[in-house]
Amino acid sequence: MHSLAFDISHSLAGTLVLISFMMLYQDRLYSLFNVFALHAVVLAASVAWQAMIQNAPHLYVTAAIALVFKAIVIPVALHRIIRQLGIHRDIETVVGIGPTMLAGMGLVALSMVIMLRVTAEADALAREDLAFALSVVLLSLLVMVTRRNAVSQVVGFMSLENGLVLAATGAKGMPLVVEISVAFSILIAFIVIGIFLFRIRERFDSVDVGDLDRSRGERG
Amino acid sequence: MMSAAALQLSYVGALLAVSVLAVVLARWRIGNAVIYGATLLLCSAAGLGVLRALIGDGAAVERLVLPIGLPWLGAHFRLDALSAFFLVVINLGGALASLYALGYGRHEHAPQRVLPFFPAFLAGMNMVLLADDAFSYLLSWEFMSLASWALVMAHHRQSGNAQAGYVYLVMASFGTLALLLAFGFLAGPAGDYGFDAIRAAPHSGAAATLVLVLMLLGAGSKAGLVPLHVWLPLAHPAAPSHVSALMSGVMTKVAIYGFIRVVFDLLGRPDWTASVVVLSLGGVTAVMGILYALMERDLKRLLAYSTIENVGIIFVGLGLALAFQANGQGLPAALAFTAALFHILNHSLFKSLLFFGAGAVLVATGERNMDRLGGLIHRMPATSIVFLIGAVAISALPPFNGFVSEWLTFQAVLQSPQLPQWGLKIMVPAIGGMLALAAALAAACFVKAYGASFLSRPRSPAAENAQEVDRFSIAAMAILALLCLLAGVFPGLVMDALAPVSAEILHIRLAGQTELPWLSIVPIDLRKGSYNGLLVLAFIAISATLGFLAILRLSPHAVRRAPAWGCGFAEPVPQAQYSPDSFAQPIRRVFGTLLFRARDHVTMPPPGSVAPAKFSAELHDLVWENLYGRIAAIIEAVSTRLNNMQLLSIRGYLSLVFATLVALLVVIAIWA
Repeated sequence: MHSLAFDISHSLAGTLVLISFMMLYQDRLYSLFNVFALHAVVLAASVAWQAMIQNAPHLYVTAAIALVFKAIVIPVALHRIIRQLGIHRDIETVVGIGPTMLAGMGLVALSMVIMLRVTAEADALAREDLAFALSVVLLSLLVMVTRRNAVSQVVGFMSLENGLVLAATGAKGMPLVVEISVAFSILIAFIVIGIFLFRIRERFDSVDVGDLDRSRGERG
Repeated sequence: MMSAAALQLSYVGALLAVSVLAVVLARWRIGNAVIYGATLLLCSAAGLGVLRALIGDGAAVERLVLPIGLPWLGAHFRLDALSAFFLVVINLGGALASLYALGYGRHEHAPQRVLPFFPAFLAGMNMVLLADDAFSYLLSWEFMSLASWALVMAHHRQSGNAQAGYVYLVMASFGTLALLLAFGFLAGPAGDYGFDAIRAAPHSGAAATLVLVLMLLGAGSKAGLVPLHVWLPLAHPAAPSHVSALMSGVMTKVAIYGFIRVVFDLLGRPDWTASVVVLSLGGVTAVMGILYALMERDLKRLLAYSTIENVGIIFVGLGLALAFQANGQGLPAALAFTAALFHILNHSLFKSLLFFGAGAVLVATGERNMDRLGGLIHRMPATSIVFLIGAVAISALPPFNGFVSEWLTFQAVLQSPQLPQWGLKIMVPAIGGMLALAAALAAACFVKAYGASFLSRPRSPAAENAQEVDRFSIAAMAILALLCLLAGVFPGLVMDALAPVSAEILHIRLAGQTELPWLSIVPIDLRKGSYNGLLVLAFIAISATLGFLAILRLSPHAVRRAPAWGCGFAEPVPQAQYSPDSFAQPIRRVFGTLLFRARDHVTMPPPGSVAPAKFSAELHDLVWENLYGRIAAIIEAVSTRLNNMQLLSIRGYLSLVFATLVALLVVIAIWA
């Protein structure tokens, strides 16, 4: 039973990393939102599984938050925003897809090397979970860095929070208060960034952050 | 009955209270007398209190812990023979500077910028000497630096002073950083910052070497070791003269105290290679300092450069003590150590005296440039006599105190054949040669300073209309001159007072000197050398009297005054006199061509023209240009590059954060 539980949580976390990779090569906004919704669904499944094997019912709440807000509300809202703004749905990447994927692999290898070495004394489940969580965080950062589009930076930021939630639930005995605050912080960040996007759009008719630089009169 | 340490701390507290009081009183005319009177009383009491302890039973060590500062550490204070000696030096300097300032301070046009910081500066220096843990030490050190910085900036509108303050602040921060790291290495991974724990722990290998290097950087930059001296000739003269005297005569000694405390006391027995570094730095500092001084026209800057030379001499003494101590040769080590301490006392006496004299000249004429002084001996007779005594003492001429301490240093140099290492055997006499060169150049330097300022004919109307300064200033200078003479004639008393310090730090003391007949001093052995100040004084007095009488008797004419011979010029102007620059020219030619890249340029008018020929001398401060100029250029280039980082896009900042994170993770991956 124990090894089965371990395998399932392991594969769920691995799936999360895989979906993070999928985010790296999306070049349309809508498909990026869909992948993000999938990301949140897998996160919810992973958290729910942790709740079951750890006998920690409060984690179900976290899973529910992840499912409702991140998998449904936020992607739907983002879809609506894009439609209302009527902006260009292509994502301009800075670096090509191939090098980005290679860099992502390097980051995953790096987080494995570090986490497995640093947490040599922790139990196996937490070790794997932490390693995957760090990979997710780094890949999300990579998404944020390699995209010019502000909306995809928002998505990268929220998938980064997913990685943090994964790390938090992997460790036993994380109190609910923390998770709720994490969830709300994402929501607030989403709202703030949403408003921010509208403001940028109103001003520049685009959400390409390069326009901000041009407005400051520095480049091009 | 309070313990001596508690008493000293209460003086510090009182000084701080006076400093607060001064903020209020500085607005009124009475403030000057009240504040300097209070610091005079407090410093005298503090100095006399520890002096009695030092002469009586200097071995008593007293500790005190105050529940202030870091909660788990408290503030530890300790009074032992070493700190007692330095407390005497500092409070003597502080008391006489206060006495001097009772008169000098009345000419201060911005007393509210000087009065509050003067007692605080004294309190800071006292606290450094009493501190017994790294935290209180560094805190007091910074307090002292900042108070003195405020005093340097007192006349911030005068040209050059703001730059002096800036350079001082940068160098002081650098020095404190070095000290901070040194204490970090001393405390080790256990992190006990009390000096007792540091003293008990063993120190060896790379950490001990690093501590020594860091102390040379930290304490050396405050003391003025070449090439860390650049701030000193800028900052010391910028302050009001009584503060210049304190900074040059006393604050450099606090830095040397820090070096002695850490390297001799806390670090344990050193390696002999350490002494090579200290000796060579000391030798180079002595020679370079006095050469800089010789090139100088500004009287106060000349004195500041001469401070650098004296710090070099002191460090040579300390380096010798390290060399002998590393080889277990106790008596020569004690001799070298005593010589260094003696010179510390002496330098504080005559350098304060000379800065007071320069301050008196500044008050009387408003001039620091020796090209515009001259002839002051007729208008300021008292000042010129005491300044002459200071100049003779600093030139290491008997029967004054400078001769004794330099003689003792040379006695220690002459013990070098006992050293087993061939490197030291060859090096120490070479350093002795550098010291001899520095001493001779110092004499030339002060002949120039005294001759140009006090002798010859006045070179400007200001010098012509100078008037003698007030009685407080003269009293302070006269006391210092008297002390210079007494320490030179009765050196045995001083050496015996220094014996407890050497006993505490090196665990060996020189033989008592006061029991010897006729007040001679015999540091090691009668066959190796002895000196009798009284005999020399008697010889000088008798021969001078006989010579004077002989001249009076044999001279055919009465003294008459006549116009000076103008070498055939019809209208000899005072500027045509032998000037300080002309006096220094031979030395500039010999040494400066290489060390300062000195060049003389003569521009002759074309034949037939009646325009005057022009002469100009060009000097380069190579340390400033090559070392500090390069560092400044590098910082400038790097910051120009980094300036672009102020203006990145959102994605740029994100990439920066991301790259930093990944780089740190890679570091962990490699090291963990």
